[in-house]
Amino acid sequence: MKKTNQKRLLLACGIVLSTMLFASCSPVKEYQKGKINDSEMVLSNRKIEKTELSFQSYREGASGANSGKSGGGCGCN
Amino acid sequence: MKRIFISGFALLALFQLKAQNVAKDTTNYESRKLKVEEVNLVSSYYTQDGNNSAVTGGIGSEHLTDIANTIDVKLVKYGQTGIRHTFDVEAGIDHYTSASSDMIDLSANSSASSSDIRFYPSLSYLRENIDKGRSLGIGVSSSSEFDYQSFGANLSFSQKTKDRNGEFTAKFQTFIDQLKLIEPIELRTYGSEGYGTAGRNTFVGTLSYSQIINKELQIMLVGDIISQSGYLSLPFHRVYFADGSVHQEKMPDTRLKIPLGIRASYFLGDNLILRAYYRYYTDDWGINSHTADLEIPVKLTQAFSLSPFYRYYTQSGTKYFKPYGEHTSADEFYTSNYDLSKFNSGFFGMGMKLTPPEGVFGVKHWNTLELRYGHYTRTTNMVSDIVSLNIKFR
Repeated sequence: MKKTNQKRLLLACGIVLSTMLFASCSPVKEYQKGKINDSEMVLSNRKIEKTELSFQSYREGASGANSGKSGGGCGCN
Repeated sequence: MKRIFISGFALLALFQLKAQNVAKDTTNYESRKLKVEEVNLVSSYYTQDGNNSAVTGGIGSEHLTDIANTIDVKLVKYGQTGIRHTFDVEAGIDHYTSASSDMIDLSANSSASSSDIRFYPSLSYLRENIDKGRSLGIGVSSSSEFDYQSFGANLSFSQKTKDRNGEFTAKFQTFIDQLKLIEPIELRTYGSEGYGTAGRNTFVGTLSYSQIINKELQIMLVGDIISQSGYLSLPFHRVYFADGSVHQEKMPDTRLKIPLGIRASYFLGDNLILRAYYRYYTDDWGINSHTADLEIPVKLTQAFSLSPFYRYYTQSGTKYFKPYGEHTSADEFYTSNYDLSKFNSGFFGMGMKLTPPEGVFGVKHWNTLELRYGHYTRTTNMVSDIVSLNIKFR
């Protein structure tokens, strides 16, 4: 399969999956958010992951979309 | 390891005194005085080994160690109209030793480049209108090391949906960097003592949307556009051509990166959480990559959890990469930096978190003790290990 077709398939799967997820949303009241508000459920990176994210951005070509380092500082060694 | 724990506990002792002064609010009344809400101390030790250093043209030791310590103090104040003001002050210092940068001078066996210190403070302010579910943030940062200076600024805006189950965020960041052009010693002009300088600018635009799907599941979609311009090579990276000649790495002076990510957190039953992340990345240097990450925190008791994790990463190499001795003078751009080559990597490990209600080791304001270890392997035969410690006071 050509790379462009793979990208389109991936994008289509992502859109379908996201639509299904958003369509299945049920309103959650504040008093029902006990599990959602658990510290392990957080959607951003945690403080302890800071150095991991830095070394990954130095040692790999990709960076970004993860609240980590996307610029600034060298880390070039 | 000893150095991490010594520095971690020294900082802990210092801030334990500070944290003791924070009065616990047991009523719904929100103090209008500026008060310390949270102090985080994070220490890490990182070590890596490999044999494809870019400083020696894709061959030679990549051995490196890094000790990082950061302190992050969050201060909160409530305004008269119910506005929450959050100030975040963070400072970090890294000390690293690098076998590869030692080889900027090939005859040296412990040159000035073999180790360095990086200092990176940052300040940020967040204004949250709780009634309207709206927040506005600004921040500045800097990073300094011997051959590299970076100044950053950011601006963000968030708006929650009416039912408070969704949140849209837009963020803009910029980094204005200056680097010293330290050349490999054999390529320096005879008698030249000083270094030239060059600039590198980065602009990042981020859009994200998070949504609570039900009482156990929430997801977030995030996308960045990262535009870089200026001197994007590294001056002390050597490239050996097929004819045996040696050159400085040469890369284009612009780069456009587009990463798109999705995160999901799912509370399975009463004690198990699934944290998943996927990212697709593409850039105009020819790198395409996929990242998949799964972490499963298991709550063994109310106060203690273990979190095994695994991360898989794969990338296609940049079109400008060739190994040692394969570039020719016909190439417009060239690098032998294996960080930009084609490879797969795996990263696995375990986290441990202790959050007793009465405080860690009975210390009232010592809210959390967290330890995390990870082992990283790359198909270019590079391996690394990292151990991190987070101590949180509330």
